[in-house]
Amino acid sequence: MATTKKKSSIKAEELAKEQKQVSVSEFFLKNRHLLGFDNPLKALSTTVKELVDNALDACEEMRVLPEIIIQIKPAGENRFVIVVEDNGPGIVKKQIPNVFARLLYGSKFHSMKQGRGQQGIGVSASVLYGQLTTGKSTKITSRIDPKHKAHYFELNINTLKNEPEIVTDKEIEWMNKDHGTKVELELEGKYQKGKLSVDEYVKQSAISNPHAQFTYISPLKEKVMYRRATKELPKEPKKVKPHPYGVELGMLMRMLKDTSAKTLEKFFTKEFSRVSPNVAKEICKKSNLAQSMKPKEVSHANADAIFKTIQETKLMAPPTDCLSPIGEEILVKSLKKEVDAEFFTSITRPTAVYRGVPFQIEAAIAYGGSLQADNLVRLLRFANKVPLQYQQSACAVTSATVNTLWKNYGMQQSRGALPSGAAMLVVHIASVWVPFTSESKESIAHYPEIIKEIKLALQGCGRLLGRYLSKKRKVADAEKKKSYITKYIPHIGEALKDLLSLKETDEKKVIILLTEELEKSRKM
Amino acid sequence: MTKEKNKAIELIRDQANNIYQKILKRKKPEMKFPLRSLNNVKYDTKKGFFELIGKHKVRALTVNTVKGFAQTLRMMTLSKQLVGANDIATKREAYYVSKNWGDARFSEQVESDTVLDDIEAMFMLNREQLGFIPEEKGGDIAGELIVVDKDPNTGKEIKIDCTKFGSGAYSIPTSVEQLKFETKAKFILAIETAGMFQRLVKHGYYKKTNCILISMGGVPTRACRRFIRRLSDSKKLPVYAFVDGDFYGWMNIYRTLKVGSGNAAHINEYFCVPKAKLFGITAEDITKYKLPTHPLKDVDIKRGKDALKNDPFVHQHPEWQKAIQDMIKLGKRAEQQALAAWGLNYVMEKYLPDKLKNSKSWLP
Repeated sequence: MATTKKKSSIKAEELAKEQKQVSVSEFFLKNRHLLGFDNPLKALSTTVKELVDNALDACEEMRVLPEIIIQIKPAGENRFVIVVEDNGPGIVKKQIPNVFARLLYGSKFHSMKQGRGQQGIGVSASVLYGQLTTGKSTKITSRIDPKHKAHYFELNINTLKNEPEIVTDKEIEWMNKDHGTKVELELEGKYQKGKLSVDEYVKQSAISNPHAQFTYISPLKEKVMYRRATKELPKEPKKVKPHPYGVELGMLMRMLKDTSAKTLEKFFTKEFSRVSPNVAKEICKKSNLAQSMKPKEVSHANADAIFKTIQETKLMAPPTDCLSPIGEEILVKSLKKEVDAEFFTSITRPTAVYRGVPFQIEAAIAYGGSLQADNLVRLLRFANKVPLQYQQSACAVTSATVNTLWKNYGMQQSRGALPSGAAMLVVHIASVWVPFTSESKESIAHYPEIIKEIKLALQGCGRLLGRYLSKKRKVADAEKKKSYITKYIPHIGEALKDLLSLKETDEKKVIILLTEELEKSRKM
Repeated sequence: MTKEKNKAIELIRDQANNIYQKILKRKKPEMKFPLRSLNNVKYDTKKGFFELIGKHKVRALTVNTVKGFAQTLRMMTLSKQLVGANDIATKREAYYVSKNWGDARFSEQVESDTVLDDIEAMFMLNREQLGFIPEEKGGDIAGELIVVDKDPNTGKEIKIDCTKFGSGAYSIPTSVEQLKFETKAKFILAIETAGMFQRLVKHGYYKKTNCILISMGGVPTRACRRFIRRLSDSKKLPVYAFVDGDFYGWMNIYRTLKVGSGNAAHINEYFCVPKAKLFGITAEDITKYKLPTHPLKDVDIKRGKDALKNDPFVHQHPEWQKAIQDMIKLGKRAEQQALAAWGLNYVMEKYLPDKLKNSKSWLP
């Protein structure tokens, strides 16, 4: 018996060794679809997206108007070099390797604040993907202020240890740039035009970030400059503590472990929003736990009791002034700049709440002009100002759009489909926590509260569009009828002349009198 | 120019003058048309035809009606020219004439046909009186009849013997008012299909029974109805109709022959044959002669129920109500030629003789 026991324990140790060998790269490769690297086409756009998201977030944190330069250079067959440069605050030297070459390193994971990246997996995943597909290091240049020189790094990820490997580290001159970051990354990818292209991603980003200026150079060396529609920076989103309704059991247990609060009561008031000392006492009492209990001593069973109590306790809705929407006027201005249409409208809904998380919906419609009339409408989806290009059919935005009755607003729509007509629809959800259906963050989960808000926003825009279209139709109708008068009255004159052998003067009289009479009745 | 033609021109001028005077007085001109539908007819068994009950639509000249108004007036002009010059135009020709009217031209013949029908109804005239003739053939005749017509070029009287067409037949002209008849036949048999007509002609049925055979070829044209009416009235001949045993044969073909149509109710008085009786095929015949049948489709049943509900002719005849209900209950229909299942000449040797003997097997 003893020997077998020993044997088995050795086995377990060996197993443990093997388990360690499962490297981060292996994990990454097996799960690349979750992170948006399923195919070369998507890998290219995901990487651009991660880099641009980071650049915009950095600029906004510094409250500086973003100037982003994006260049994609072909580098041999199926290979591209992506260069993204911003004018943000730069990154201090010490942090650069961690930010770019360590997976799941980020400051945003715990934060309850509206921001572009949410999981902190983004940029380093792109670095790893580039490294795995080309073997090339990622080059980072960053400068924090004019007093310092810029730092230049060439980095790899040690895929066994999930640690940065510094290949080059030096100070360099960076002309004409006081502060900012530039990332240069080579990867295997595929470039294509169309709805899912990087071109489109940049264009849509320019729509949802009207305060930013983008310079984009495609692999075909086409240079596009997207100028800003406003010089006003968007309202800075506020960090908020989580609302108790939005916290799941696992999250609650981790918060209990991580907190610096000494008592359970303090834990509730300190770590959550909308929990007053009285409410904290009530939760403790209803869960049969002492207010003075140390949070670290709360057992799994206790946590479960707390979780249930929270759901039954009446709480104020979460604070709603923490979000930063694009804004009705600016969204229209931004659309006018990028879309050639004849009618624009937009609506920003008041903040609403799903499962304790505040969110805000904006919708806009562009109609007519160069937009194609005989196809389904284009639907642009944005989450925290980031364009969502993939998984349209799985998205709550799509269901809400399909389930809106567009016929009421003068558009055509088949059952269960997007409306058709010369229109482009825009839906933006801003939230401290956008509920995506997967890690690649391409479609929004179907919370009834969210769908309801999207529909209300679309209906609001739809009504305005409907009013515009019916007015337009009336004008066209009136024009047509007016042309009827001039077209057909001469025929009446001619027929009467033939029938009654009238003189030409009489015929003219008939035409004049009838024209007057009909014009008069038309005005009435 | 005949009196009748003067009347048409007079009516057209009156209407035009009416419109002209209204325009001069700065009033909205109007045109008034009788509604052309079954809703606007009544049926009196004593009179024997569909009669208008006076529902009208008024077309006032507005921005919305200006096109139709102009087209109607131009069509009236064409009519006046035709009548004045003693000329005729087919409905199709009238449609093509409109192609010279610029913006007021018709884009489809149905449009010009509708305007023509409206004008006819407005003046309560037949289209021939307005100078227009239909495209369709009037119908075919074979049998013991001499038609007295005039040579169109010389005006000389000619006699046409309808037994002398061999395996062919005499065609009813589009206008029949000038015809005279000489006959010793005992009855007229009006047949729906050309196929059945040919069988009876080929086997000399009219000689055996001393009758006049008429092929209607579907719904009888106005000329065909008028021809049968004049012939049967002037020679006091009974008229029997022999059609398919289905609602189309009964209601569209037979009923139109007998009492006219809702669409041209203003002229029904002259273009119908109230004394006609239906030989068959009846629902009773289907059972009695064990005829091969086709099932009634949903549209057929709807047609039957429609007739029960809306057709003033059916309302006046309990026999017809029963016949329609019987067929709906039976769920089957049978064609004339189904009689061939019992032998090709069964129709002449058995069916028609049976019918002639037994007036109780007819429908009114």
